[in-house]
Amino acid sequence: MGILEGKRILVAGVTLDTSIGFATAKVAQEQGATVLVSNFGRALGITRRIVKRLPTEPPVLDLDVTNADHLAGLAAAVRGHVDGLDGVVHSIAYGNPETILGGKFLDGPWDDVSYALHVSAYSLTSLATACLPLLGPGASIVGMTFDASVAWPGYDWMGVAKGALESCCRYLARDLGPKGIRCNLVSAGALNTLAAKAIPGFDRFEGEWGNRAPLGWDLNDLEPTARTVVALLSDFFPKTTGEIVHVDGGYHAMGA
Amino acid sequence: MASTEEIRSGLADIVNEVAGIPADDVQLDKSFTDDLDVDSLSMVEVVVAAEEKFGVKIPDDEVKNLKTVGDAVAYIENAQGS
Ligand SMILES: NC(=O)c1ccc[n+]([C@@H]2O[C@H](COP(=O)([O-])OP(=O)(O)OC[C@H]3O[C@@H](n4cnc5c(N)ncnc54)[C@H](O)[C@@H]3O)[C@@H](O)[C@H]2O)c1
Repeated sequence: MGILEGKRILVAGVTLDTSIGFATAKVAQEQGATVLVSNFGRALGITRRIVKRLPTEPPVLDLDVTNADHLAGLAAAVRGHVDGLDGVVHSIAYGNPETILGGKFLDGPWDDVSYALHVSAYSLTSLATACLPLLGPGASIVGMTFDASVAWPGYDWMGVAKGALESCCRYLARDLGPKGIRCNLVSAGALNTLAAKAIPGFDRFEGEWGNRAPLGWDLNDLEPTARTVVALLSDFFPKTTGEIVHVDGGYHAMGA
Repeated sequence: MASTEEIRSGLADIVNEVAGIPADDVQLDKSFTDDLDVDSLSMVEVVVAAEEKFGVKIPDDEVKNLKTVGDAVAYIENAQGS
């Protein structure tokens, strides 16, 4: 029996089979969960094709996290498939690589910065709130971060957005704790996904991450990250909330 | 195994479905970006759909080398043969 047997999980942010969300949906299904997937805009067409590669083809919902109508209609859209949720995975981020990433920190225009914060940080809270009518005691919300305690080359305003995301997670833990709902983040090492490859200079982590991480690191292996997200969705972290779990081969703990 | 023309016309149907470009315009010498206006997101969808249709794997790193319809057809033909 899997650790998500009988659980209903929404995974928001699946585009390709290289998406962290895809790997998470796959492991969740293997562990017995009923999975729903969401994505937005033109990427939805890709999602609808790619979910056929999962063990079970899940329903695909249209959810742009910056669209208030989509958020307002989310609970009803989910109820079209399942009568509630036991877990929500937020695997969503966006920052314009031309204007606010890749060494553009000092001149990043506010419109692009605010959009990045909206999609990548504020949406953890708005997604949690939109799902609240579906969630009960024991439910778990998991988001994805990239260690925001330090400055990274090229990551720039996305790093700031991750700082905000990490803070949102702690406040969600505070406000949802009394309802028995947990909120945690997985801080993954560098992975070769569509979003990551759009970050100028991202390829420098190829090799470097694995050299420093005591457990080693494969930028193409999403499974360790997905398994940890699934573990946090399960009942095996019952008193953990507001936490950031590193899945980076141990990179963050090394001085060099 | 499909012939070059079968692959081209199958790919043309995909490009038509994904990007709304008339299938007859999708000829071997046409560049996806310059001649057909297929942007990067549409290209990703074309690749995913082509993988399904032709039963091949087209790695991300390969996609940037597929400049023309002919490049893609040749890649698929090769991948099917191996
Ligand atoms: N790849 C890495 O190295 C890495 C490392 C640590 C954390 N992360 C985080 O993991 C998460 C998933 O990213 P990924 O690397 O799998 O890339 P990805 O591109 O596969 O996933 C990002 C998803 O966000 C979605 N998205 C963007 N804007 C949206 C909007 N307005 N509404 C709804 N969805 C929207 C995209 O469609 C896409 O599905 C992100 O939060 C990312 O920052 C990635």
